[in-house]
Amino acid sequence: MFIRITIPTLLLMVLALVPFVAPGMQVLLTLALAKGIAVMGITVLLRSGQVSFGHALYFAIAAYGGAFTLMLMPGADLIVVFVFGIIAAVLSGIIVGLFVARYRFIFFAMLNLAFSMIFWSILEKFYHYTGGADGMRLPRPTVMWIELERGAYELVMFYLALALALGLGWFSMRWLDSPTGQLFRTIKTNETRLQYLGMSPQRVMLTGYVLSALLCGVGGIIMGLVQGVVTPEYAFWVRSGEMVFIAVLGGAGSVPGALVGAAIYEIVRTYASAFAGDIWQLVLGTFLLIIILFAPGGIAGIYSGVMDRIAGKKEEGE
Amino acid sequence: MTHLLETKGLEIRFGGVVAADNITLQIDAGKNLAIIGPNGAGKTTFLNICTGWLKPASGKVYFEGRDVTPLSPRAITRLGVARAFQIPQLFTEHTALENLLIATAARDRLRNPIRALKDTRQRAEMMHLLDMINCTDAAHQQVDELSEGQRKLIDIAVALALRPKLLLMDEPTSGVASSEKFDVMEILVKALAEAEVTAVFVEHDMGIVERYADEVAVWNMGKIELRGTPQEVLEHPDVIRDVIGEVA
Ligand SMILES: Nc1ncnc2c1ncn2[C@@H]1O[C@H](COP(=O)(O)OP(=O)(O)O)[C@@H](O)[C@H]1O
Ligand SMILES: [Mg+2]
Repeated sequence: MFIRITIPTLLLMVLALVPFVAPGMQVLLTLALAKGIAVMGITVLLRSGQVSFGHALYFAIAAYGGAFTLMLMPGADLIVVFVFGIIAAVLSGIIVGLFVARYRFIFFAMLNLAFSMIFWSILEKFYHYTGGADGMRLPRPTVMWIELERGAYELVMFYLALALALGLGWFSMRWLDSPTGQLFRTIKTNETRLQYLGMSPQRVMLTGYVLSALLCGVGGIIMGLVQGVVTPEYAFWVRSGEMVFIAVLGGAGSVPGALVGAAIYEIVRTYASAFAGDIWQLVLGTFLLIIILFAPGGIAGIYSGVMDRIAGKKEEGE
Repeated sequence: MTHLLETKGLEIRFGGVVAADNITLQIDAGKNLAIIGPNGAGKTTFLNICTGWLKPASGKVYFEGRDVTPLSPRAITRLGVARAFQIPQLFTEHTALENLLIATAARDRLRNPIRALKDTRQRAEMMHLLDMINCTDAAHQQVDELSEGQRKLIDIAVALALRPKLLLMDEPTSGVASSEKFDVMEILVKALAEAEVTAVFVEHDMGIVERYADEVAVWNMGKIELRGTPQEVLEHPDVIRDVIGEVA
C-alpha cells in the first residue's frame, strides 16, 4: 500500500515544483493537465462500455462559451468565465445527451461525432459571430478581480489546472464508486437487469454523459484561457480521437491513467516534433500498438502490475 | 376483493406460434403459484407480458387492481413486481454483494455522488440477505466466477432486494444439482416468507411443485390447461401424460 502511493506522491511533488525548477515546461504541462481533465470525461464514459468520437464538442463549447463571455462582458473575472463556459458545456451535454443516451456502441460513437462535426461547421460558417477559422480571442481575464501580468497569470493557470485535475479526478473516482456511478457502470454489462431494477438505462446513461461533458468542458476552458484563442479546431474530430487515444494509452477506465497518459502524450508530441517532423505520430502510434497488444490495461495497468509484483516480492521476503 | 395480479384474455403470437392464448389468471397475496408445462408452452412469455417486456396483442394485466398493460418493465418493477430470470441477469463485472447493493441503490434512489456504494447502510441488510440464501462466501466474488446454481440464487436475491410484493421466478432450480434442489427451495421459501413476498415460479421438478406450491397452473401450447391445488393437478391424467411424462 505504502509503496503504491509513493511514486504518485513524488510525481505530484515534482509537478507542483515545475514552475520553479523547469519553468520551460510549465505551459506545456498546463495544456497537458487541461487535456487530461477532458480525457477523464472519456474515461468515465468508457466505464459504461461506451466510447465517443465527438467529445471535443464539449471541449470547444466551453472554450467558446468563455470567449463569448469575455466578448460580451469585457474584463469579466476568471471565475465568471469559468462558470459560463462550464454551464455551456453542461447544458449542451444535457441536450445532446437526451438524444444520444439511448444509443450504444458504434451508433453512440458516431452520433457524438456527428454532433461535433455539425458544431464545427457552424463555427466555420458563422464567422460573423465566431470568427470562422480564425476563431475567437480570450483576452486575459482578471483573477479575483486583480489584473495580472502574463507570467503571473500563467502561473495561476498552472496551479488552477493542477488543482482542478486533482479535485475532479478525486471526484470522478468517488463518483464511479458511488451508487449513481455504479448504476452507470452496469450499462456495460446488463441493461435488462437495470430495467428490472426499476431504472431507466437512458437516464442512467445521461448522468454519466453529463459528467463527461462537464469534464471535457473544464479541460476546454482551461485550454482556451491558456492559449488565449479558441478555433473551430477545438471541436474537430481529430481532437475527439486524440482524447480516446490518450484514454486508451493511460488505461481505459483509469482516472489517474487519463492524466498520466495526457502528460506523456503532450511531452512526446512536443519533444519528438522538435527532433524531427512527423516522428511523434510514429512514436505514439507504436506505443499505442504495444499497449493494445501487450498491456490492454494501459499505463495504469502496467503500473499496478509492477506494484503488485513489488508488493508480492516484499511479502515473500518478509 | 382485488387480486395481487390478474390477467384477462392475454393473446400473443410469434409468426405461426401461439405463445399466449386467452390467458386469464388470478394470483392472490400469500398464495405461491407454480407454473408447469413443457418447453415452448409459453411460460416465460407469460412472465414477459406480466412485467411489460412484451405487449400482448390483446388482453390486460392488472396489478393490485391497476391496469399495468401499457407500462414499461421499469414502471411495473417500481410498483412492486420483481423478476428472476431463467438465465440469470446479473452485472457480471461486479461482485455478488455489489449486485445486491446496486439493487438497493435503485430501490432507495441513492444519490450521494461521493459516498461509496459499499459503505452505504444497506450493506448490512444485503449481507443478511446473502446469509439467508447461504451465499455469504460468494459476497466478494465476481458473479461470473460463481456456479450456475449460485448465480441463480443471486439473481433471485437481487429481485428480493427490491422488497417486491410479487416475485416472478423463471425456473429457479434449473442449473442447481438435483441433490441440492430441495435445499435451495427450502432456503428460498424461507426467505420469501420472511420478506412476505408472494411468489410465482416456473418449475419442472414435480417434487418441488408438490411441496412448495399452494396452487399450480399447467401451461400447454400457449393455453392454461388446468389450474388447481398440487394434489388435484399432479394426479390429473392429462398432466401426467403431457407434462410429467415429458419432463421425467
Ligand atoms: N420474442 C420471441 N420471438 C419469437 N418467438 C418467441 C419469442 N418468445 C417466445 N417465442 C416462442 O414462443 C413459444 C413459447 O416460448 P416460451 O414462453 O419461452 O416457452 P417456455 O418458457 O414455456 O419454455 C416458443 O415457441 C418460443 O419459440
Ligand atoms: Mg422458459
